[in-house]
Amino acid sequence: MSSTNTENWMKDIGVLDLTGVGGGSTSAAKKITALVVDDDSVNQTIHSKMLENLGIQNQVVRNGKEAVDLHSSGNNFDLILMDMDMPVMNGIEATRKLREMGVRSIIAGVSTCTRDEREQKEFMESGLDDFQEKPLTTPKLVSILHKLNKKC
Amino acid sequence: MLGLGADRLWADMNRLLALLFHQGVLDEQFVQLQQLQDESSPNFVCEVVTIYFHESEKLLKNLRGLLMEREFSDYKKMGIHLNQFMGSSSSIGAKRVRNVCVAFRAASEQNNRAGCLRALELLEHEYCYLKNKLHELFHIEQQRLLAAGVRYPMQN
Repeated sequence: MSSTNTENWMKDIGVLDLTGVGGGSTSAAKKITALVVDDDSVNQTIHSKMLENLGIQNQVVRNGKEAVDLHSSGNNFDLILMDMDMPVMNGIEATRKLREMGVRSIIAGVSTCTRDEREQKEFMESGLDDFQEKPLTTPKLVSILHKLNKKC
Repeated sequence: MLGLGADRLWADMNRLLALLFHQGVLDEQFVQLQQLQDESSPNFVCEVVTIYFHESEKLLKNLRGLLMEREFSDYKKMGIHLNQFMGSSSSIGAKRVRNVCVAFRAASEQNNRAGCLRALELLEHEYCYLKNKLHELFHIEQQRLLAAGVRYPMQN
């Protein structure tokens, strides 16, 4: 994505500071950060690239425990993309734990279509701000990011 | 005349892609993947698909290993592998592979071993077809880039 498109998108969701920087520039913009939590290498790569193309700095971890440990060591992120099914600690448990720790990031559940509505409800109730079915697309990601703007 | 080679290869690529979309082998998500490729990651699609092949072959081996166990009963473990396979397949737009995973998962949820075996064979077949076609696509793309890289000699 060109820097002009990134600026336009960032203005659209209200995170580009236009004051005092003639016409606005990405150097004045709040740098949004994100964490991708997914055990699958394909999804890690795709989701990270989608975020990068939108100008969002991001990190990737393989399961819920790594996400919790990252926060315990003082890291925080504006957005967390949380897969549901992961080894060691799944997305439901990780989201619950992060909220108990006081993490206020936008946490968006991103999961394969499941017919188990009870499980999806449990995922939402663990503390998600949004849920998107895989495959994640750039438009779906932008809709999640609009929640970031509303929360700020 | 070498420029025409690149054009012909470009047409071949598009024809192959159109066929794969028409057959339902690939869906719109593959286009989303292509749109992520840019100057900073010129081989992004190929890299992601290579990761997908590597992971998929591990999953297929695990699924076959489970089903071949004499006292097999761990349908839950099978479900975990299938969820992962479904997720990665849908992320790259591998529609037919994903659909077979859905049917396979349904058989697994019913503890239907015979159904699972049939689904596994179909899954291996679909995966093999997808892999061959995507290799063909990347090969044509490589040839096209080589052909496009040749310049006409300057006319004085």
